[in-house]
Amino acid sequence: MTHTEEIEIPVAPPDKAKIKKLWMTALYMLLITIVEFIVAFTVPHEYKDARVWIFITMTIVKAAYIVGEFMHLRYESKVLLWSILIPTIFIIWMLTAFIYEGMAISTVR
Amino acid sequence: MSSTSAATASGRSAWDGGTSPMGASYGKLMMWFFLLSDAFTFSALLITYGLVRSAHGVYEGTVEAFTFSPEYWPIPEKVFEAIPFFHGLEAPLVFVGIMTFILIMSSVTMVLAVEAGHRMDRVAVEKWMLWTIVGGLAFLGCQAWEWSHFIHGNGLPGGGANLVHNQYGPPDFADFFFFITGFHGFHVFSGVCFNFLIYYNTVTGVYQRRGHYEMIEKVGLYWHFVDLVWVFVFTFFYLV
Repeated sequence: MTHTEEIEIPVAPPDKAKIKKLWMTALYMLLITIVEFIVAFTVPHEYKDARVWIFITMTIVKAAYIVGEFMHLRYESKVLLWSILIPTIFIIWMLTAFIYEGMAISTVR
Repeated sequence: MSSTSAATASGRSAWDGGTSPMGASYGKLMMWFFLLSDAFTFSALLITYGLVRSAHGVYEGTVEAFTFSPEYWPIPEKVFEAIPFFHGLEAPLVFVGIMTFILIMSSVTMVLAVEAGHRMDRVAVEKWMLWTIVGGLAFLGCQAWEWSHFIHGNGLPGGGANLVHNQYGPPDFADFFFFITGFHGFHVFSGVCFNFLIYYNTVTGVYQRRGHYEMIEKVGLYWHFVDLVWVFVFTFFYLV
């Protein structure tokens, strides 16, 4: 094999603060998951609604960490941020409509 | 946006051409919009799960006295309670917890690879990409075990699950398990393939010659999205 010519681009030193922030984000997500487990086994199933709302809130917090920090959306331009976030309204509408519909089906049965 | 307005001549907006108003390359933007459409697909699956589940009967008794029946939707922690190598041990949701941990960790290693790419640090990109691939493969292995356990069940006649019959509850429950975790698992699989591709390109110096590691960033977005979907699957399929 011939030795191909490599362009030497200087390697920048690691950004310690940024890397630490990424690890902290992961730590928060793991802690939230652990709390979810604790809730799953300590809050009795009789409090169904409370359990569901706790889980949904924690899921949204985790999702915000992934999209905001890992996918870097928080630091992108505002136009990009809103073009991704605004269309998710349709998901929320679909969720509301389908759950409502599902409850109606169970009453009819 | 002072940076974009400074680059455009007076009287012209950032949208008149010649600049990137969103401050992202074409490839990155298209990855974002693809992921948005993929988010719709996954929401459709999960929301349909919610619809069908709320249309089924609800178990009324205590958790301790719970038994599987096609009459009502099962309590997930009673279905997913096994872990490999500990046969007969009841460890509800522990294995899913391990899978969640693996996927979150591989998301961190991915974002560290992206960070190393920004610094043109080829060795660090290689290291973190390799860890990400290992994480992805570990997750797929766990899922293969989970599926196999779900399909075989307790091994008794009528035990286990397929698309028309299952020991855990209504047939719809098994159908959604296969479709939702299967669709997610296929995303993980293709993600591992992409990760391997960019790892290969890093090792062979493709991105070094190109002068930037943006490809790591684009595939990274996809990989984080897979993690994001799992967070929702975990909540709506295993916890609620």
